[in-house]
Amino acid sequence: MIRMGFATCAFTSIIVLALIMIFLFMEGVPIFDVYPVQKFLFGREWYPTADPPDFGIFPLLVGSVCVTVASSAIAIPLGVMTAMYLAEIAGRRVRAVIKPIVELLAALPSVVIGFFGMVVFAPFLQDAFDVATGLNLFNAAVMLAFMSVPTICSISEDAIFGVPKDLKEASLALGATHWETMWRVILPASLSGISTAVILGMSRAIGETMVVLMVAGGAGLIPDSIFDPVRPMPSSIAAEMAEAPFRGDHYYALFATGIVLFVFTLAFNVLADQIAERHKQVGAATL
Amino acid sequence: MRIRQLLVAAFMVLLVAQGAWAESLTVKGSTTVLPIMQKSVEAYMKANPDVDISVSGGGSGNGIKAIIDGTTDIAMASRFMKGKEVTLAMEKGVYPVPFAVGIDALVPVVHPTNPVADLSDTQLRDIFAGRITNWKELGGPDKEIVVISRDTSSGTYETWEEKIMHKDRVFAGALLQASNGAVVQAVSKNRYAIGYIGYGYLDASTKALKVSGIEGNPETAASGKYPIARYLYIFTNGWPEGELAKFVMYLLNPRQGQVHVKDAGYVPLY
Repeated sequence: MIRMGFATCAFTSIIVLALIMIFLFMEGVPIFDVYPVQKFLFGREWYPTADPPDFGIFPLLVGSVCVTVASSAIAIPLGVMTAMYLAEIAGRRVRAVIKPIVELLAALPSVVIGFFGMVVFAPFLQDAFDVATGLNLFNAAVMLAFMSVPTICSISEDAIFGVPKDLKEASLALGATHWETMWRVILPASLSGISTAVILGMSRAIGETMVVLMVAGGAGLIPDSIFDPVRPMPSSIAAEMAEAPFRGDHYYALFATGIVLFVFTLAFNVLADQIAERHKQVGAATL
Repeated sequence: MRIRQLLVAAFMVLLVAQGAWAESLTVKGSTTVLPIMQKSVEAYMKANPDVDISVSGGGSGNGIKAIIDGTTDIAMASRFMKGKEVTLAMEKGVYPVPFAVGIDALVPVVHPTNPVADLSDTQLRDIFAGRITNWKELGGPDKEIVVISRDTSSGTYETWEEKIMHKDRVFAGALLQASNGAVVQAVSKNRYAIGYIGYGYLDASTKALKVSGIEGNPETAASGKYPIARYLYIFTNGWPEGELAKFVMYLLNPRQGQVHVKDAGYVPLY
């Protein structure tokens, strides 16, 4: 009976996921009848409401990739090192204070982070770096890093905390310093969990909508520098979906953009799975 | 978003949660019309405590789409419906009825420290098409112009495109913002930015530019002298009835809703 209950739950989520995927493809693919795939993926012009419209998502795609890469470059070291510090170095008291604070960051609504980026961080960037606008790729990357650090940190910390005690003790017993133990033993041993954490954090960054809508600037350009405004895919979907006439070309094009986003996230997850599998810690002997 | 708008929104959520028995109406659409609607709704609900009206922005395109999909009672729009939208509405059995509620002057705005005070409509078009890229060419400092536009769901954008851009496209390097408020924020925080907003959003944080020597304000908009003026509308599905009709009448009443039109900085019609 209980088994049946769990099985039903599992199958329901699989079916729902499948239905969403079917829907996504059903609503996105028709754009390719009127607009060639090549032009859609590599076109430089995104003017969905012009006459005739242009649906080239290349600048949006590049914008998304750049924002994700830049925010990961900030969030991964920050998140993993914080986790390392919390799990290995910080005392119980410090940990009890810092951990909830980091996790509280995750509770901040994205619109609040976006607003902060817009009214506080953007003017600061303008003055500090003398750039034309503070609403740009870098601002979006920093705000997204804010959002993914708690995810990366708390999952990594669990992974690091889960490393068996005997591994650590063996390493110390062999004469390794605490630093060497952390770097050579604990980090590799928890790599599987950390990679999951990183991918989850990155998925959050690539799919996040509100922040990029507010602070990325929204210009459909391929950025030349980290201080150029960009228009990531989710920002375009969010800004335009509500106005696109139901089952019109613009609507199909937005769903097709959604497919591209989905493929990206899927690729990320598959990659994470591979890494997690390769570095899986099944016993002390696999190190 | 202003704190007051947030408070109003929060208040409304509470109201909706508390009384399912009350008459409730929803209003969606143009952020240009939003200030009029918020003032009117506040006053109307004070006078009629058993009525709940929830108001949200999102742009004219979104409002019109919501009325076609039947997810709102009133759509706010800072432009008239397009032919395509009317066709779509008819297909779905929706008969949108327009009511003009006011006239707005669309004003180009820059940072208060910007020395430029007057631009011709051709200059504005060249700026937004990306042909003029430095303030130096307009008598300002030697700095790159940061062009801020509304996104495509905005009626303000469509008006701008129609009255300023003509056949030109707003160039891809323009920063797109989702509401009048966001444009004000962005322009007020950037000394080299230029944007455009509904007259009701004009305050000390930005500086309005004259267009070909004519100042955009309620008087010049009403007299037709100002080149970028437009009507503000609300749409209902079919001729309004019951509470909806009462509220629409309130908006059009010269001593009630129309006073709020004036308070919000637009030109009342009646």
